[in-house]
Amino acid sequence: MTSATFPADPKPPAGWSRYFGFSTDAKVIGIQYIVLAFFYFLVGGFLAMIIRGELITPASDLVDRTVYNGIYTMHGTIMLFLFIFPVLNGLNNLLIPTMIGAPDMAFPRLNTAAFWLVPVFSLLLVSSFFVPGGPAAAGWWSYPPVSIQNPLGHFINGQFLWILAVALSGISSIMGAVNFVTTILRMRAPGMTLFRMPVFCWTALAAQSLQLIGLPALTGGAIMLLMDLSFGTSFYRAEGGGDPVLYQHFFWFYSHPAVYVIILPVFGIFSEIFPVYSRKPLFGYVYVALASFIIVGLGLVVWVHHMFPSGVSQWMRDLFMGTTMLIAVPTGVKVFAWLGTIWRGKLRLTTPMLFCLGGLFNFVFAGITGIMLATVPVDIHVSNTYFVVGHFHYVIYGAAVMGIFAAIYHWFPKFTGRMPYEGLGKLHCLLTFVGANLNFLPMHPLGLMGMPRRVSSYDPEFTFWNVIASLGAFLLGVSIIPFLLNMLSSWIRGPKAGHNPWNAIGLEWLLPSPPPVENFEDEVPTVISRPYGYGTGEPLVEHQAEIERRLELQEATA
Amino acid sequence: MTSAIPTPAPAHGHGEHPKHNLTGFIIFLCSESVIFLAFFSGYAILKTSALNWLPAGVDGLEWRTPLLNTVVLLSSSGAIVVAEHFKAKEKLWLFRAFWLLTMAMGAYFLYGQAVEWSGLKFGFTSGTFGGTFYLLTGFHGLHVATGILLMGIMLIKSFIPGNYEGGEQGVQATSLFWHFVDVIWVVLFLLLYVWQA
Ligand code: HEM
Ligand SMILES: [Cu+2]
Repeated sequence: MTSATFPADPKPPAGWSRYFGFSTDAKVIGIQYIVLAFFYFLVGGFLAMIIRGELITPASDLVDRTVYNGIYTMHGTIMLFLFIFPVLNGLNNLLIPTMIGAPDMAFPRLNTAAFWLVPVFSLLLVSSFFVPGGPAAAGWWSYPPVSIQNPLGHFINGQFLWILAVALSGISSIMGAVNFVTTILRMRAPGMTLFRMPVFCWTALAAQSLQLIGLPALTGGAIMLLMDLSFGTSFYRAEGGGDPVLYQHFFWFYSHPAVYVIILPVFGIFSEIFPVYSRKPLFGYVYVALASFIIVGLGLVVWVHHMFPSGVSQWMRDLFMGTTMLIAVPTGVKVFAWLGTIWRGKLRLTTPMLFCLGGLFNFVFAGITGIMLATVPVDIHVSNTYFVVGHFHYVIYGAAVMGIFAAIYHWFPKFTGRMPYEGLGKLHCLLTFVGANLNFLPMHPLGLMGMPRRVSSYDPEFTFWNVIASLGAFLLGVSIIPFLLNMLSSWIRGPKAGHNPWNAIGLEWLLPSPPPVENFEDEVPTVISRPYGYGTGEPLVEHQAEIERRLELQEATA
Repeated sequence: MTSAIPTPAPAHGHGEHPKHNLTGFIIFLCSESVIFLAFFSGYAILKTSALNWLPAGVDGLEWRTPLLNTVVLLSSSGAIVVAEHFKAKEKLWLFRAFWLLTMAMGAYFLYGQAVEWSGLKFGFTSGTFGGTFYLLTGFHGLHVATGILLMGIMLIKSFIPGNYEGGEQGVQATSLFWHFVDVIWVVLFLLLYVWQA
């Protein structure tokens, strides 16, 4: 970049090729993350279609039983480690620097390395389909003793590759987390105190702190699992004096917080988007921001709720039931804050807003089933049934994936400079909402009736709800078509976007669309008020009118 | 790390924001401590719930050699502080001398560990006792080796003219890492050698 006078080059270096190489630019890396993640969303989704295809009839007729074990294991693993974490890191890369007015991430080369580890471990994971014995088949949580058996005796087997891939994913996530936390703590625009920071950055900070605290436990547990599997130790082998439940502690000490790593940024997205399309400030901004960290604290002490049937002592069950229910409080604070924001607002039902509304609805539903699951007697009854599968897909698809779609539609114009098509977007939203509910709602009655998860055949009495669920799943499969069409066609030839097409408030909307390589460079505006000043007429930064006039001028002459 | 020396204006181009390295490294260390915490708690759980903790023919760990090792490692933390002190006074040769001394003490620790390992009558497949012993000492040893490597890099960097003027975060970070490795060892020593009952 050359010298920095404010209307900087309106265009970043053009050309698609930069998306295929080692770039250190957070905005390029962000898009690399998101595109790669959606590639794996298709792969994981394809596996889900096979699962639902198998389950449309009671008999195990589409795939072999052992193949089925591999398929749901890889579906879960791919969706989590190759879709949802990467797509969120992509959003972090795009949004954090632009929202806080930083030129880039704190450690651009670390950022590059963290990203490129993802394709590397993804290939490792996918290659496990082609080794003798097939991919890992112990479920995405890989509990011993199933996960430390190696019946064929090959050193390189599916489970081995799975552990390596998960460990590499952990390293990549830690590199990312160090970067995001440092960036947020050290590189904010002048005047942007923590309590003037957009909620998305608060939630990203909270989520990444959880990564830093939780992930090493999983990595440690996975190292011991690998040694048991491949090198003859017996940390988790009961017959050698080990303790299989120990692994469950390591695993859930991370993997429960992992659900907050996923949902917290989505809370951030809701908090950004509801005010824009309601034209009202975020209700209770300070409480929404702080609640993120209460969730972090509590989220670290609830993991045993995944182990109620694993033979833990009664006092632990009681304790963890209590802490789990407490989490409903900070979460409820957020939900009411969003409702308060929408309340009597001038709602604009754009695609991002519709996705957020649908996501919020699904999230509340999942919250209710979550409280049910936190109750020890209920959990013991429905543990390992489809009730659990239904609950977490409501969170993860119903709320998180819908929130992520909302974010993509909302910030698409900012980072591509093109507007997405509303019609296709709304169609996508409708299909997603209907498909998700049709798919995941029937799983609840199925679970209550006693249908276990991770089986390829079932008693014919479960057929009715399974057929409905499968039809919903195929609808979800179809829903991705308008999305891909929309993204491709609007990126290539969509209408040009101005710097602030939604009339939103935030530093990122004071940049040209797409922003130049180093965002504001040396002319970072000074923040003078809280975010979300909708309807108050208060400017966000010094000389705001001037900055906007310059951007408009630039757009008029472009 | 704002020093009196004015930073040369455009010295950092795109891709470098050196003033945050230490922050990032501290965050990383906090995270890294959790993996040790995981191993420590795993060890404690396995040990307290074991029926036969010690493998047949083994009656505990000899603690005298490891104690000597501990003393050397702990003193090396002092040596690195002295080294840093001399760097602050811009006495680069004294800094290098003490830096090298720290490295040597670290290397002695690793050597002592290797000697101990080679004299043991159990392997890492000897039950959870053997597994956790080698896991903990091995993982810690890996960190000691990493620390020595980092110090080597910093030592080489000290020969780049003007490199250490106005504070070098790499030196601070390495020293911090070394103290971290030390503290971990103290906990490890207490858990493995002192708690033998
Ligand atoms: C295309 C929409 C999806 C459908 C139709 C679907 C369907 C299913 C079904 C039926 C199962 C249970 C398999 C069994 O127990 O036999 C399952 C498991 C799972 N799904 Fe999905 N899913 C979808 C999307 C997602 C997404 C987006 C995520 C996460 C980001 C996800 C994460 C998981 C996980 C972690 C499991 C558990 C795997 C295991 O039991 O080890 N799914 N899915
Ligand atoms: Cu949980």
